[in-house]
Amino acid sequence: MTAPGAGQFCMRLLRRQLLLAVRRPLEIGNPLLFFAMVVSLFPLGLGPSPQTLADFAPGVLWITALLSNLLTSDAVFRSDFDDGSLEQLLLAPQPLYLSVLAYIGAHWITTGLLLAIVSPVFALMLNLPGQGIAALMASLLIGTALLSLIGGIGAALTVGLKRGGMLISLLILPLYMPVLIFGTAAVQAAVTGFPAGPYLAILGAMLCLAIALAPVAMAAGLRISIDA
Amino acid sequence: MWPIFHKFGSPPWLYSISGAILRWLLPITLIALITGAIWGLLFTPAENVQGNSYRIIYIHVPAAVVALAGYYVMALAGAVSLIWRMKMADVAMKAAAPVGAAFTFIALFTGAVWGKPTWGTWWVWDARITSMLVLLFLYLGVVALYEAFDNKEAAGKACAVLSLVGMVNIPIIYKSVDWWYSLHQGASIKFTGETSIHSSMLYPLLLMIAAFYALFTCCLLLNMRAELLQREQRTQWVRKLIDKEVVN
Repeated sequence: MTAPGAGQFCMRLLRRQLLLAVRRPLEIGNPLLFFAMVVSLFPLGLGPSPQTLADFAPGVLWITALLSNLLTSDAVFRSDFDDGSLEQLLLAPQPLYLSVLAYIGAHWITTGLLLAIVSPVFALMLNLPGQGIAALMASLLIGTALLSLIGGIGAALTVGLKRGGMLISLLILPLYMPVLIFGTAAVQAAVTGFPAGPYLAILGAMLCLAIALAPVAMAAGLRISIDA
Repeated sequence: MWPIFHKFGSPPWLYSISGAILRWLLPITLIALITGAIWGLLFTPAENVQGNSYRIIYIHVPAAVVALAGYYVMALAGAVSLIWRMKMADVAMKAAAPVGAAFTFIALFTGAVWGKPTWGTWWVWDARITSMLVLLFLYLGVVALYEAFDNKEAAGKACAVLSLVGMVNIPIIYKSVDWWYSLHQGASIKFTGETSIHSSMLYPLLLMIAAFYALFTCCLLLNMRAELLQREQRTQWVRKLIDKEVVN
């Protein structure tokens, strides 16, 4: 039997991760539920006035998406680290670069992608003007992929630690800030009638950079964590 | 070049050479700091608009400049320790993090003190202030990650990766918050083009910047020496050193 090629191996990993997620639907549902609950906290805190909510909606939706991504990032490599399959992955002949991309891809599909798809519902609940919804979805689609990649770096560095949960937020929240700035700016621009395209383009550029560099850092982080 | 490179891998050599450097550098730093402070605080003209309150610039700007440079020192030391497995670079990286964080904090604190009389508020969400705050978080992240590992070798490597990731991100963070909102004045001292600060104020400022760089180096070396002693506490040369101290 010959070893599968890098591309095939990567697809199998992706399928495995997705299958694992589908088998535990609650883990897919939890981030969405978290998103819904935190969004519903804001009207209670800010007051129910439609105008106030509409003003804050882009920021609120984006920060909530960011937090729900942060909470799930911690678990990307955790279970595979615990049962030892991560160690096997590091020994595999296929490049670790592509393998971690498959992990992150699966993470993004089960969190960011779903979040982007359901986000219009919450946008309407927060009274976000209709013209901002397309920009919100687009910025979340690109932005959450970026968040997953950055979060993966934090996850790879802290996966070997017992108390990684709080630490990972300290490590990666500063790196999340540019994404938040351009994500909300895209929505805000669309709401006020300006084109959101430039902001989405910058997000896309950052995503390209992150796809090129983040897996390198993740692979290094995983090797360090396994050695420790 | 290689013999020197190898010497850097030797803790006793680094310990003694840093001691020799500090013997000179510490007094020079102190003199430069005192001269610069007296020159800046007493012998420069008051500023046209801000009066005397601008004088905090002699602490604020040097601290901010060195805080930013310190991150690059830390990240480069991290890169060297990752690439060439150089233990001493690892020590330097670990030692740079708290020192850099302290300088960042000084820059933020003096900025707040300066902001109150000139902008009328302790804190504004301005681009440069925000990016300095992010810089502080990045430093603290490295410190926290190092402390979280029980295996200190792995801790060093993980921190090196994190500081390199931060180094890639600093320009992005800086540019994005700069684009986001800016109230802070632009850079007054430029390597290219006209400097928008009068020479009577500029020279003491440059002296203070140099003094702060020296201060950073002193703090870094002192911190490295402490770290070295702690790491090597079971080795012969540290034992000998302690015996000598006890006899004296």
